[in-house]
Amino acid sequence: MNNDKILELKKIATDIRIGAIEAVHSAKSGHPGGALSCADILACLYFSELKIDPENPENPERDRFVLSKGHSCPALYSAMALRGYFDLEELKKFRHLGSVVQGHPDMKAIRGIDMSAGSLGQGFSCACGMALAGKIDKKDYRVYSIIGDGESQEGQIWEAIMFAAHYKLDNLCLIIDNNGLQIDGKVKDVMNTMPYASKLKAFGWNVISIDGHSIEQILDALSTAKTVKGKPTVIVAKTIKGKGVSFMEDQAGWHGKAPNDDEYAQAINELTEYKNSL
Amino acid sequence: MAEKIATREAYGNALAELGSKYNNLVVLDADLAAATKTGVFKKKFPERFFDCGIAENNMFGVAAGLATTGKIPFASTFAMFAAGRSFDQIRNSIGYPHLNVKIGATHAGITVGEDGATHQCNEDIALMRTIPGMVIINPSDAVEARCAVEEAIKHNGPVYMRFGRLAVSVINDNPSYKFELGKGILLEDGNDITIVATGIMVEQALLAREMLAAEGISAAVVNIHTIKPLDTQLLIACAQQTGAMVVSEEHSIIGGLGSAVCEALSGVCPIPIVRHGVEDVFGKSAPAKELLEYFNLNAKGIVEKAKIALSMKH
Repeated sequence: MNNDKILELKKIATDIRIGAIEAVHSAKSGHPGGALSCADILACLYFSELKIDPENPENPERDRFVLSKGHSCPALYSAMALRGYFDLEELKKFRHLGSVVQGHPDMKAIRGIDMSAGSLGQGFSCACGMALAGKIDKKDYRVYSIIGDGESQEGQIWEAIMFAAHYKLDNLCLIIDNNGLQIDGKVKDVMNTMPYASKLKAFGWNVISIDGHSIEQILDALSTAKTVKGKPTVIVAKTIKGKGVSFMEDQAGWHGKAPNDDEYAQAINELTEYKNSL
Repeated sequence: MAEKIATREAYGNALAELGSKYNNLVVLDADLAAATKTGVFKKKFPERFFDCGIAENNMFGVAAGLATTGKIPFASTFAMFAAGRSFDQIRNSIGYPHLNVKIGATHAGITVGEDGATHQCNEDIALMRTIPGMVIINPSDAVEARCAVEEAIKHNGPVYMRFGRLAVSVINDNPSYKFELGKGILLEDGNDITIVATGIMVEQALLAREMLAAEGISAAVVNIHTIKPLDTQLLIACAQQTGAMVVSEEHSIIGGLGSAVCEALSGVCPIPIVRHGVEDVFGKSAPAKELLEYFNLNAKGIVEKAKIALSMKH
């Protein structure tokens, strides 16, 4: 694999994290933990995998992406702003009255967001609908969706998992951000949803398990997913909640809490140092 | 006596008919195609019909996703499992992004009959009315149901259509009938009271008018097929002319058309308004016709409520 490309994506993932922290800090609310855990995946999607064009966000032939775990939108907004969908400055208006960067993704507010999501379990079904439409119209576009591991406690997720396999939606790629934590604690303690691989396999899916912070593994998995025909692919991405900010890593308490000014400064400092070290 | 037909039958037939005209129309169901009558469409257009199994929440999400690509999805199940079970999905995945999804909710109200209270949805209008931008149509017969389907296709945005299981009379089969989304229909003029009715209660309203006429009371009759947006203008005109109203619906008296009319008139033209519908109770198992009598959802019930409204009129 091209080392320059991997290095570039690592830098972008760090920029996504910096933007997400800035957004949550300026809002004094929001969800940093799950945003940081899916930043590497978003970097690979928005800067390598997705066939999209910020200048033509409604192109019917484009790939689609649905962030079903909508609360992680600080990372989505950061990735989209970096990709050119809107001004980076907008991130500092996150959750402010009148801003387009709503508390959860709003497709009516920002062109390029393919689905409004936030009520957990719902976005992924919508991604299935987009993939089904692609099949009906024999289009080449692909549909990607990220759900959280806590989110998979919603029954609707499993309804959609059945649906996608039943209709052989091989143009659909589900990514589970398996950071192992949710608001009340460890997913395995609150309501265990694991193991994913054997469950998804039993549901008729192609399963790829990876380290969700390895750019190489993410790109590989996305590439392999495209070659699998007749069934949808799930990428079970093992991640660390709060990844990249030392005091947030693997702490359920940082699921939905904004850093204070000192914590913000430290977080930005750590991320910037990491980026410079690359 | 003319042949009776359930509005759900008209719904299925309309989908099959309009499927030829609208190529982007697709139909989803949740294992009830035989009952919701989307099976008629499935037979004609199997490549555009998708059974989602008994998983309504996913079905409404899939419908939303389809709509983002320019499809016009009709998602069908019983009213209970659409408005009831999937309220959050309809609100957040369809209503909030204002997606072009059409919800064909059948088996609404108590005329579900024998299946009983678990399947008799008397709350769907109340629930759907609270979603910003949602259009709600409750047709009174097969003719109106067919029009509702085509108008729903032409309207860009979410539409909730309410259909019944019970075969009912065709009352709109005349050349002057015209369906306009958001417009009520003044079926009969009158001076003493206005009977506002929706769905299968419109026929009963016409019968009630005759009963009142026999007692020397002149009643206007308004058919409200579109509950949202409500034809406030027509209601105000009727309120001003007659000074009293009874609102009749096969739905809870809480949150339905009766509530909508009270909300619309209280601030601009306050007059006595009496709501006629299912009181604050659950349904029961019995043949539909017996239930209509049991719950007083008939012309006699409308007349009784009309007299209460008249007694309060100055």
